[in-house]
Amino acid sequence: MASTTEAATNRPPAPDGAEPRRPRRPGSAPIGRRLLRSLPPYALIAPALLLLAGILLWPIVQMVWNSLHTYTIRHLSPNGPQPEWNDFEHYRTLLGDPYFWSVFGKTVLVCALMVGLTLVLGTLVGQLLHKLPRAFSTVVAFGMMLAWATPAISASLVFRWLFTAERGYANVLLDRLPDWLVGSGWREFDWFLEPFPIFTLLIVIIVWQGFPFVAMSVLAGLKSIPHELYEAARVDGAGAWRSFRAVTFPMLRPLFSLLVVLQVIWDLRVFTQLYVLSGSSFANENAYLLSYYIYQQGFSASPANFGMGSAIAVVMTVLVLVITVYYLRIMIRQGETR
Amino acid sequence: MSVAAPARTTKAAPAGWNGPRAARRLGRAGLYLAGVAVFLFSVFPVYWMIATSLKPRSEQFTSDPTFLPQDPTLGNFDQVVNGNVVPGVSFWTFLTNSLLVTLGAVSAGAVLALLAAVAVARFRFRLRTAFIVTLMVIQMVPVEALIISIFINFRKIQDGTGIEMLGSLSGILVAYTAVSLPITIMMLRGFVQAVPKELEEAAAIDGAGHMTVFWRILMPLVAPGLVAASIFAFITAWNEFIIALTFLGRSSENFTLPLTLSYYFGRFGTEWGAIMAASTLLTVPVMIFFLFVQRRMVSGLTMGAVKG
Repeated sequence: MASTTEAATNRPPAPDGAEPRRPRRPGSAPIGRRLLRSLPPYALIAPALLLLAGILLWPIVQMVWNSLHTYTIRHLSPNGPQPEWNDFEHYRTLLGDPYFWSVFGKTVLVCALMVGLTLVLGTLVGQLLHKLPRAFSTVVAFGMMLAWATPAISASLVFRWLFTAERGYANVLLDRLPDWLVGSGWREFDWFLEPFPIFTLLIVIIVWQGFPFVAMSVLAGLKSIPHELYEAARVDGAGAWRSFRAVTFPMLRPLFSLLVVLQVIWDLRVFTQLYVLSGSSFANENAYLLSYYIYQQGFSASPANFGMGSAIAVVMTVLVLVITVYYLRIMIRQGETR
Repeated sequence: MSVAAPARTTKAAPAGWNGPRAARRLGRAGLYLAGVAVFLFSVFPVYWMIATSLKPRSEQFTSDPTFLPQDPTLGNFDQVVNGNVVPGVSFWTFLTNSLLVTLGAVSAGAVLALLAAVAVARFRFRLRTAFIVTLMVIQMVPVEALIISIFINFRKIQDGTGIEMLGSLSGILVAYTAVSLPITIMMLRGFVQAVPKELEEAAAIDGAGHMTVFWRILMPLVAPGLVAASIFAFITAWNEFIIALTFLGRSSENFTLPLTLSYYFGRFGTEWGAIMAASTLLTVPVMIFFLFVQRRMVSGLTMGAVKG
């Protein structure tokens, strides 16, 4: 594993740059030479940095700027007016708009459910893989890999097909189950009208695609925990839950923090799956999440409202950045920034 | 095994349904059952995609679907590949578009990421930590939030210079290169750091120049990492949807495969056999690549959190 070797070879930190420093006689390194010697790293990162700055960094600044101006598709046409400063109007509208808050609340709730379920299922499956015999565990892991590897758009389409009214296999199977167990009327049930069934399916898709990564990470983590710790716990009379609480969780705490952060950030931005489940339309306003709302404002509303879309994007980015700060703390503690 | 129990009793009771052994056996059966359940849950949607793609129309349009295709056919694939998914544009055009954009973004990204990774792993310079933190932040900020600004920028570049950025492959190629850059730099950095510095120094002492050291010493050792990072970038670009949707929306001759799929679904929403056939064609290359980099994906994304 790359990280292991990195850790092993990197421990004694290299004191200086690429070239072994030669003993320098006074006056032998004029300013020009020194500048030249410090140039290579900058030359090496320059192309990547320029591209990132232009495509992804600068737009962060622009997003904030756009959100503070009246900016619609009209302002983009060649002889249209300039975007105008509007004194935080977008934000004031958003703050007082119950619809925005309902989208915000749904996003937080749906995201929390996705993250929670993905992590719980992933952790359980990780432990399961750890306990199963090797060959068995490899087969199960292979199956999980297929779920993980499926592109979001294909996965969404398959689930949309499975839950299609009248013909979808999931609907048919639910209908065949005894009524006292699941109720009746499943065959004709339309999953794609009301927000509750749409979000339920959305969560199922996200968990289906997300739990393999968590499980494989937890499995890798479990393999790194010394066996003696569990034996000691068992001698002390600890059951499965107790030894998870007392050994596994504390040992894997950094991993779990990282997994939570990554999952939150990935699940907040869900767009493709929702787009397919909503039948590639923005008609169903009850089934919006923040990322969907941004897109609708920017590209589907008429006229396209870049200012308002950007304001929602700022809100979402602030949410993400709060979590990013936490992520950076983990990374710094692990020495990844050194 | 309980230590206190004498060895003879353990041997003498082969079908021991007594106390802890029975419980353990039951526990193991439970584990196996759970394993089977997880496997089925993971595989079933993928199976259903492929199974549907092999079913003739009559088996799709029934209210009594069967688990196995009764009369498997490649007709759906034929319809996708040879029929006109989008009027006037053949499937091969979309495949070529996807391949061009993906391979272009991967190779451009590989060069840029390798250079930056060498800088970060091998040099100490003033802006180094700032650069790494920037990468981590960019990696976190969702494209979905930036898409409006990126769109406006591309539109302005296009209006200002006449370079086609929207509705063309070059625009999304640039965007895709940038999007996967932060994570590929971080992945490659680990690989470069893993190459013992002494090797390079020894070569330098023997009189090898910077270029020789790079090509003859560093490259061969970093190559596996470069492959892993490139496959990662490949999967990202191959699957990407929202950027393609925004930039290519109306120019159907430049659609990538995910966009084609979505368009197809929007147009022929009930032709599930064909939609699943197209999905299968999109999914299979990713799955093949995925099997190669699966372990790297885990360690690359969780970085130092798992040491073992």
